[in-house]
Amino acid sequence: MSNWTDVCALTDIDLDTGVCALVNDQQVAIFRPASTNSLFAVGNFDPIGEANVLSRGLISDIKGQLTVASPLYKQHYVLQSGACLEDGTVSIPTFQVKVEGERVLVAA
Amino acid sequence: MSNQEKLIVVGNGMVGHKFLESLVEMGQAQNYQITVLCEEPRPAYDRVYLTSYFSGKTAEDLSLVSEGFFEANNIELKLNCQATKLDRTEKVITTQTGEKLSYDKIILATGSFPFVPPVPGHERDNCLVYRTIEDLEAIKASAQNGKVGVVVGGGLLGLEAAKALHDLGLETHVVEFAPRLMAVQVDDGGGALLKSKIEELGVKVHTSKNTQNISDGDECFHKMEFADGEVLETDVILFSAGIRPQDALARSSEIELGPRGGIQINNHCQTSDPDVYAIGECALWGGMIYGLVAPGYNMAKVAAQHLTQSGDASFEGADMSTKLKLMGVDVASIGDAHARTEGSLSYSYTDEVNQVYKKIVVSGDKKSLLGVVMVGEAEDYGNLLQMVLNNMELPENPEALILPALDGAAKPTLGAGALPDTAVICSCNDVSKGAICCSVQDGAKTIGDVKSATKAATACGGCTALVTQVMNAELTNLGVEVNTDICEHFAYTRQDIYSIVRVEGIKTFSELLEKHGKGHGCEICKPLAASVLASCWNDYVLNDDNIGLQDTNDIYLGNMQKDGTYSVVPRMPGGEVTPEGLILVGQIAKDYGLYTKLTGGQRVDLFGAQLHQLPEIWQRLVDGGFETGHAYGKSLRTVKSCVGSTWCRYGVEDSVGLAIELENRYKGLRSPHKFKFGVSGCTRECAEAQSKDVGIIATENGWNLYVCGNGGMKPRHTDLLAQDLDKETLIKYIDRFLMFYVKTADRLQRTSVWMDNLEGGLDYLKAVVLDDKLNIVSELEEQMEAIVDTYQCEWKTTLESPEKLKRFSHFINSKEKDEAVQFVEVRDQIRPATKEERVKKEDLIAVC
Repeated sequence: MSNWTDVCALTDIDLDTGVCALVNDQQVAIFRPASTNSLFAVGNFDPIGEANVLSRGLISDIKGQLTVASPLYKQHYVLQSGACLEDGTVSIPTFQVKVEGERVLVAA
Repeated sequence: MSNQEKLIVVGNGMVGHKFLESLVEMGQAQNYQITVLCEEPRPAYDRVYLTSYFSGKTAEDLSLVSEGFFEANNIELKLNCQATKLDRTEKVITTQTGEKLSYDKIILATGSFPFVPPVPGHERDNCLVYRTIEDLEAIKASAQNGKVGVVVGGGLLGLEAAKALHDLGLETHVVEFAPRLMAVQVDDGGGALLKSKIEELGVKVHTSKNTQNISDGDECFHKMEFADGEVLETDVILFSAGIRPQDALARSSEIELGPRGGIQINNHCQTSDPDVYAIGECALWGGMIYGLVAPGYNMAKVAAQHLTQSGDASFEGADMSTKLKLMGVDVASIGDAHARTEGSLSYSYTDEVNQVYKKIVVSGDKKSLLGVVMVGEAEDYGNLLQMVLNNMELPENPEALILPALDGAAKPTLGAGALPDTAVICSCNDVSKGAICCSVQDGAKTIGDVKSATKAATACGGCTALVTQVMNAELTNLGVEVNTDICEHFAYTRQDIYSIVRVEGIKTFSELLEKHGKGHGCEICKPLAASVLASCWNDYVLNDDNIGLQDTNDIYLGNMQKDGTYSVVPRMPGGEVTPEGLILVGQIAKDYGLYTKLTGGQRVDLFGAQLHQLPEIWQRLVDGGFETGHAYGKSLRTVKSCVGSTWCRYGVEDSVGLAIELENRYKGLRSPHKFKFGVSGCTRECAEAQSKDVGIIATENGWNLYVCGNGGMKPRHTDLLAQDLDKETLIKYIDRFLMFYVKTADRLQRTSVWMDNLEGGLDYLKAVVLDDKLNIVSELEEQMEAIVDTYQCEWKTTLESPEKLKRFSHFINSKEKDEAVQFVEVRDQIRPATKEERVKKEDLIAVC
């Protein structure tokens, strides 16, 4: 099934920010929202801005859905589903992520 | 085309030009072959703001002619061209050069000339008048060789002229024949207060003085002798004893004039010859010459409609109410200011402490307001004017209209809803209540929107409060809830959040959210809170509490570019940099292959740095003595300066020295938006300070402080906030101005838009910053001092923290770089590869 990769310590991700991890040649943006104990992992590539930057976006609560706002042009991508709120024709991949002990693991 | 009617407009002053604009707006200009004869060497300019010529505005700034206006509308403009003869039988007009022009219709917009009383000696050198730009130049020239100046005439224009002399550094006197200043507009009580206020400003006022003779002086150029035996010595004399209609052309061609001059017109602005119209100050309607611009504009429109038969507007007199600021003193006069109506009653209020005088004149039955005089404070002008114009019913206790509002007792204001749609709210630009309501129906939601849609409140600004009331009433009518909440998480404005944070001493976003918000925050409220927290407490922007709030650029202390790389901008205060500094910056750019460009703010921008390179680059910059330039922050960018008196042959003050001091004082201050300064060492203004948020220009008498300019999307020149300041006062005023902006502006609102939306605009800003109207300046100064004292270079702090530096890597788990970041070379430097270039890799240069 899933092939988990240990990417970093939980404390490497400042609360309410994201980091980018390289997992099997894929760039994965991992977020640690302050409002929940869960982590979220999505693709780091912003399909609208066309750059690998999403891990550097702000975590944004839009009508109850946690999203990341692209640091380039501020479109919102839902962390849970990868859907883009502003443009239904684009989305980003999502990945499984979990915390084991103090470590962060991603399946990609 | 030969079938076009030939139209000659004599005069290109404010009113003559408004006539041309009206024709163009009506789409009628192309139906005429139009020739404009203008006696002055330049086309129409704003005479109302003539004094601003002395505070730095140029003839171009004052121009009322939009670029290409004459060419685009096929109007022939003849400058320096006086019309000397009008032959109505042959329908030919002759100019001073002898040129003969035939016409079908003529518009006389010849204006007026200053009346010079026939005092013996009035033709001596340095006896001048105040009407044209040429007059101002003559005044400037004679002021240079003199120490004392006298204005003969204490009316509205005389006091304007006195301000000009005062600004030129002359010991200034006003000599008035009547027993009080502004005899036409204000009563004795108002005149007395006005006199004392103006004398406080250093201008000596002599009333009831009848000048008998002007001759050679002993100490000065002239000696003035008065009927009461007193004498006054002066170097310059300015006559401002009223205006006389310029009716010579009409007189010589036997067009009907009034007994004391002025070209008689009917309600269509036609003279006794139906092919000749007269408008503006040369025209006499109902026995009156209207010396104000608004009635002149109205005549221009009426004449344009009648001439083209495209409307039935008629001129039926005009209200001569005025509100103005004379030498910083508010003066207003409405309607029957002198209580001449039979049976009328007056209420007056004098406050000698705050120097305010107000009087209202009401009808005998106390039902309607007839006239008003206000000196020292005139905020209610708009409301009271509407009451008079629309004959609205007075409140039960009319005195409440002029008494100060005491605690708990709300001042009776005029319900904007009670006004008829036809009520003219902005008389400068003739904007009715109906027009303002329409703009709101079309989507205007702020006073700024209404201003740009209708031009209301954009000239003198006296009606701003009333325009706002009308707008708000209409918004309520439409059921439009003006939602000023910053986002779904906070039902507050930025200003509210700022107050909450200050008053409750809130230090973190989580505390703010818990106490006053809902949900988890977003990319709007988080950076806003970060900015407000920084403005208030100035903590390190990347500390654990703040880091999750920072926007794209702040969070990595660099400006993110389209490919995800960053720019690096070290601070170079005042644009000054040593050769060593410049070499270091160049060497770093070379070592990292960064694209190098000079910015408009006089510093160097290095592009293409990747996350992992930022700490190394900044370590070298900090070691070399550089600090962060905050190019990424909503904060002070740069203080641009000219080279100043140190090197420049023309410099008056050390602009670079001041620029550096100011940049070091305000660097790092987080604000609602970025802001920029400029400092020029003389009035040549090479630093372009008048396009900055804060502009400072050196004069012979100190520093002039200009505010709220903007380049960018909507260019706006600054307004003069205060002049002739010493450095200490200058800095105090800037401290107050900036903190007031930080405290009250909306998110991402530049100073220019902020001021446009302040009710009361520049005057209000002056009242707050200079006169401490809100009683907050000491607080603002203390708050600024706290920010200045807690400054830190964010890059220096970051470099000292290994924990913080961990984040400066593309991957948390790998030293690899982002393979999508690729560059190609152009003009010997890098640029980001385009998508297509990225795919085919052959032309790529190596990624650092």
